[in-house]
Amino acid sequence: MDTGLLIEKSVLVLIIFLISLGIAAYQTYFERKLAAWIQDRVGPDRAGPFGILQPIADGVKMFLKEDFIPKDADKWLFIIGPGIAMFTSLITSAIIPWGTDLELFGRTITLQVADFDIGILYLFAVLSISVYGIMIGGWASNNKYSLYGAIRASSQMISYELAMGISAITIIMLSGSLSLTDIVNKQHGMNWNIFYQPVCFIVFFICSMAETNRAPFDLPECENELIGGYHTEYSSMKLGLYLFSEYTAMFISSAIMAILFLGGYNFPGMDSDFFKDHNNLLAITSIIVFFSKIFLFIFIFMWIRWTIPRFRFDQLMHLGWKVLIPVAMVNLLITGIVIAIKEGWFNELM
Amino acid sequence: MESLTNRKKVVSDKPMTFMEELYLPAIFHGMKVTFKHMLQKRKTIKYPEETRVFAPVYRGMHVLKRDEKGRENCTACGLCAVACPAEAITMIAGERKKGEENLYREEKYAEMYEINMLRCIFCGLCEEACPKEAIFLTDRIVPTEFERGDFIYGKDKLVESIEFPIDITKRQHTGKRTEK
Repeated sequence: MDTGLLIEKSVLVLIIFLISLGIAAYQTYFERKLAAWIQDRVGPDRAGPFGILQPIADGVKMFLKEDFIPKDADKWLFIIGPGIAMFTSLITSAIIPWGTDLELFGRTITLQVADFDIGILYLFAVLSISVYGIMIGGWASNNKYSLYGAIRASSQMISYELAMGISAITIIMLSGSLSLTDIVNKQHGMNWNIFYQPVCFIVFFICSMAETNRAPFDLPECENELIGGYHTEYSSMKLGLYLFSEYTAMFISSAIMAILFLGGYNFPGMDSDFFKDHNNLLAITSIIVFFSKIFLFIFIFMWIRWTIPRFRFDQLMHLGWKVLIPVAMVNLLITGIVIAIKEGWFNELM
Repeated sequence: MESLTNRKKVVSDKPMTFMEELYLPAIFHGMKVTFKHMLQKRKTIKYPEETRVFAPVYRGMHVLKRDEKGRENCTACGLCAVACPAEAITMIAGERKKGEENLYREEKYAEMYEINMLRCIFCGLCEEACPKEAIFLTDRIVPTEFERGDFIYGKDKLVESIEFPIDITKRQHTGKRTEK
């Protein structure tokens, strides 16, 4: 096995891991800041300048809290629940292409941990098992509110995964590939999917909001009905991991949306002569562009959270099954017909 | 009936139009509203660094005043304690000895004077009851403490210092004596 490749991938995995955790930590800070701004407040500003040390203070607080396990809880499941939640939200980042190829030490480094040719299938597989963290946590707590939260989470996941999958199929049909790298490369320059598939984008966006359990779809952790939902019984860093995994999931699904609809790391003017000569500069610019797209989505996620109140559960189901799935299906059908006409499959009939 | 505000809205349950059923325009409208608020000036007053400007008649922490020669006004008559609806004031009267004329204004004074700030409801009745212009409520805030006992303020905290007199000229119940 190529040792260089091994080192390169390990370093990349480590960097992505640290970046995901760092961004998740600072998302909590930014979320609180944004909530404060929307409500005409200042937000956390005591820890460090502008309060930027707040996530560290929160982390220390989480670690120092009493780690409590209820007497009748299933101890094993109770402990691995948050672990699974964190694990599943982190491993999705393996297939994300972060930028164009980097040339370092005479090697061409692909900024992607694993270029699966079935990237999207992997993505949906991981998304489906991400509900296990919540489900196991809610079940193991031996608390009816936790269980309700967990049941809500799983039924919500199943309902919205369908519409999400259908809209992802639309994108796959456009790109003709299941690999995320191919999907990104198809949107070279300004050729982004959002301009071709605005309806699909809206459906996908709503679904990923529901998949990450963000408001207005945060019914699994609805405080006023379920006293915190699936993490009612959790404390200390186990609770911290649950909250953290939600933020990591938000980061990752922003990245996925940026890839599928906003062209990933593509930006207008990346074919100019200047970038042809400076390959590494192109790579760095593309990474910056990709991250700014991710941050844009994260901002919109938070902005929506502090704007819209939570849905009722029947409204949630109504929206998922009776609105989003039909819309996504009709969109898929129209896209299919247009592609077929363009490819000339109907020529013989007409 | 005449409406009390100009924000009255007629409520109707007519069926929603197609645009309303889409729900998205309403969401965008809401997002516009929250975005405007994001850019607005923050209304927070960061307390320890900035303090809110109080009205001159604000009823905060008490002060026991001295007269213009620096003698304590209080004669321990007990009217403030009687007037106090929360029974927060306790005092022990003492007799002025020879040589203490520069300390106490009249022959009788308060040896011990305590206000329990946890009981006090800052109604200002003590201030109104006082015939000697001794006790006033000021625009200062009672600071927080960790122990209940620390909220019982004795004369050390209540009597104003001679060097830094507390200005109460803007209060409502002042100037009875100076009018004479």
